Amino acid sequence: MPFWTIAYALLFYVATALLLGGLALRIRKYAKTPAPLKIPTTPAPVTQHGVVLRMFREVVFFESLFRSNKWIWIFGYLFHFGLFLVLARHLRYFTHPVWFWVDLVQPFGKYAAFFMVIGLLGLWARRFLVDRVRYISVLSDHLMLALLVAIGMTGMSMDYLSHTDIVSLKAFFLGLMYFDWQPLPEDPLLLVHLALVATLMIIFPISKLLHAPGVFFSPTRNQIDNPRAEPGLRPHDSRHIAPWAAELDKTA
Amino acid sequence: MADFEIPQLNEYPIIPKIHEGVMAHSKPFLAKEEFQQQLGFPGELVDNWQQVAIDKMGELTGKYRSLAVFLDSCVKCGACTDKCHYYLGTTDPKNMPVARQDLYRKVYRRYYTFAGKYFPKLVGATDLTREVLDDWYSYFHQCSQCRRCSVFCPYGIDTAEISMAAREVMDAVGIGQKYCNEIIGKVYKIGNNLGLPEPALADTLEGLEEDIEDDTGVAVKLPLDQKGAEVLLVTPSADFFAEPHVDGLMGYAKVFHEAGISWTLSSYASEAANFGMFIGSYENMRKLSLRVREAALDLGVKRIIFGECGHAWRVAYSFLNTLAGPFDFLDPNYPVPQHILEFTYDLIQRGALTLDKSANDDMVLTFHDSCNIARASRMGPMPGGQFIIPREVIKASCNHFHDMPQDTIHDATYCCGGGGGLLTDDLMELRVKGALPRMEALKYVVENYGVTHMAAICAICKSQFTKVLPYYGFRMDSIVSVHQLVSNALVLGSKQ
Repeated sequence: MPFWTIAYALLFYVATALLLGGLALRIRKYAKTPAPLKIPTTPAPVTQHGVVLRMFREVVFFESLFRSNKWIWIFGYLFHFGLFLVLARHLRYFTHPVWFWVDLVQPFGKYAAFFMVIGLLGLWARRFLVDRVRYISVLSDHLMLALLVAIGMTGMSMDYLSHTDIVSLKAFFLGLMYFDWQPLPEDPLLLVHLALVATLMIIFPISKLLHAPGVFFSPTRNQIDNPRAEPGLRPHDSRHIAPWAAELDKTA
Repeated sequence: MADFEIPQLNEYPIIPKIHEGVMAHSKPFLAKEEFQQQLGFPGELVDNWQQVAIDKMGELTGKYRSLAVFLDSCVKCGACTDKCHYYLGTTDPKNMPVARQDLYRKVYRRYYTFAGKYFPKLVGATDLTREVLDDWYSYFHQCSQCRRCSVFCPYGIDTAEISMAAREVMDAVGIGQKYCNEIIGKVYKIGNNLGLPEPALADTLEGLEEDIEDDTGVAVKLPLDQKGAEVLLVTPSADFFAEPHVDGLMGYAKVFHEAGISWTLSSYASEAANFGMFIGSYENMRKLSLRVREAALDLGVKRIIFGECGHAWRVAYSFLNTLAGPFDFLDPNYPVPQHILEFTYDLIQRGALTLDKSANDDMVLTFHDSCNIARASRMGPMPGGQFIIPREVIKASCNHFHDMPQDTIHDATYCCGGGGGLLTDDLMELRVKGALPRMEALKYVVENYGVTHMAAICAICKSQFTKVLPYYGFRMDSIVSVHQLVSNALVLGSKQ
């Protein structure tokens, strides 16, 4: 087995383990930490169904951000939606036969890469141009954008400038998944692209990228507005109370 | 009038350029030893404060999911940076919500995250030094916990949660804030924020009864500690004597009188405000809330109704059942607690009150949505009822009403500038500057619709505006209680 194949195979096993393990630990922490008080930002839905809709609008349309700032919304949406299509397109390297809908999104995914990079550059520009955003940006904020832009540019280069051997690449990844290693094409652009992606996977669970799972656990968005005893919403003998808070009732 | 510059009111809201450190000098007085100890906090900065603070931060992230999620999730997108009234009024970048959170987050990252432990410079993590603690004391007392930032954050990050945690950490190391902690102590000792003892309270209420009778010829009662009454009314103690609060209290009394429902105040629970929330202390908030439960049990009432107060209504509506419930001993046909506006609105809907709108014809009104009612509570069964019900009650009581611009009302409302435990004279500069966005919105309706008065439903808003309006060239008495309008318009005895 060539050196690069072994190195990248190990790198992706480690990166995947860290990504999934790290995220699992973090999500477990969010899920196990109690929310002792009802703190939805109101007006908030009074039913579970309503909360699901609110969360859907938040995650799919970035509703709050839209209200907040149109520039950030446009660039943020271009980036995230572009990224979503690009990731969907990439599923063809991991599925055999390729799923029907993954086939369908291929042409969209190809051009979505431009949206993604334009969105990122817009967000990055704000970090220099808007004094308030410049003030709150630290080195890691810039590096995160640099990393994502580099991933996008190297990926696009392989699509539009110098094609890589995607048949072998697919064999490599399927080989990783089925523990039947196949050689990785030694194209420098591809090696850089993959190394950056692995880096992103590794830092995901220890960085601000945790906003992705975090938004689902945000009490101001995911709680039902039913704190008080109220006909039809909460019986008079029921309470929203955390285990550690219930302990206080026992001692007093 | 002031030893600081009063901001200019602009035609259109302007997002100011940042000016670093311009509010670094603003900090409230420290709580004295005896008041700290009353609340179970150390009397002065403890020797190993750094370790105590770091441990406390760890404890809190384990107790509050909000903290755990919010500290990890911020991507520094900047959406909140122009949303805080204190930033808009002071231009100090540390008053941008994300920057305020970062004062806490950078310490949390240093001690509790991989990146902060091993690459502090990269992610902007810092040690908890004395300078950082001083910054905390200054800037976490420049947040009124109004939640406007959380409305606009794509992840719903609520800076109020962070500033409550920071204040709790500071109390744990022995540096508490005088205004809040003294007041909580007064409630424990006497029963209300003002330290008004039972005889004085009884006297005050008697005086108010005389005033109403002189004015209307009708003997409207303001009962105190009356066992067996149907309703326990819990109202902010400012309602007992401050202007325009007291006019609102007389309004509640008249409404109860007209409804023919027996009610009572309690000298033991003579305070609706719960400053335990301001200092982020669940334990103190719970202790204060339990007084309401005890009073309800002791007086044998069937319902609990809260008077006009903003943060108080948040604690009552959102937290009371959690802190002091369950209320299975009260009438299951009514929410526990109810807001006085829900009560009055219901009577108006049923045609049980006769209101003569022309009694308020000397005023053209607008309405200030109190931050914690708008963004942390509800009235009536519908989401958003907290915006509809007060306006409907106002419109039923007067002929002339105009709302302020859309982006300054409802859940986008601006704080009055004095909420969250900042309504103290040692923070006057902050209070005046923080009122800027509201004052600009008020100026707009004054100039375009001839508005003369602004109605409010919060004791803090009313006190803050009374003090701050003159700085911007408005009359101090142009702030009124919503139930003051009801009181003016209510025709007593018409339904008997």
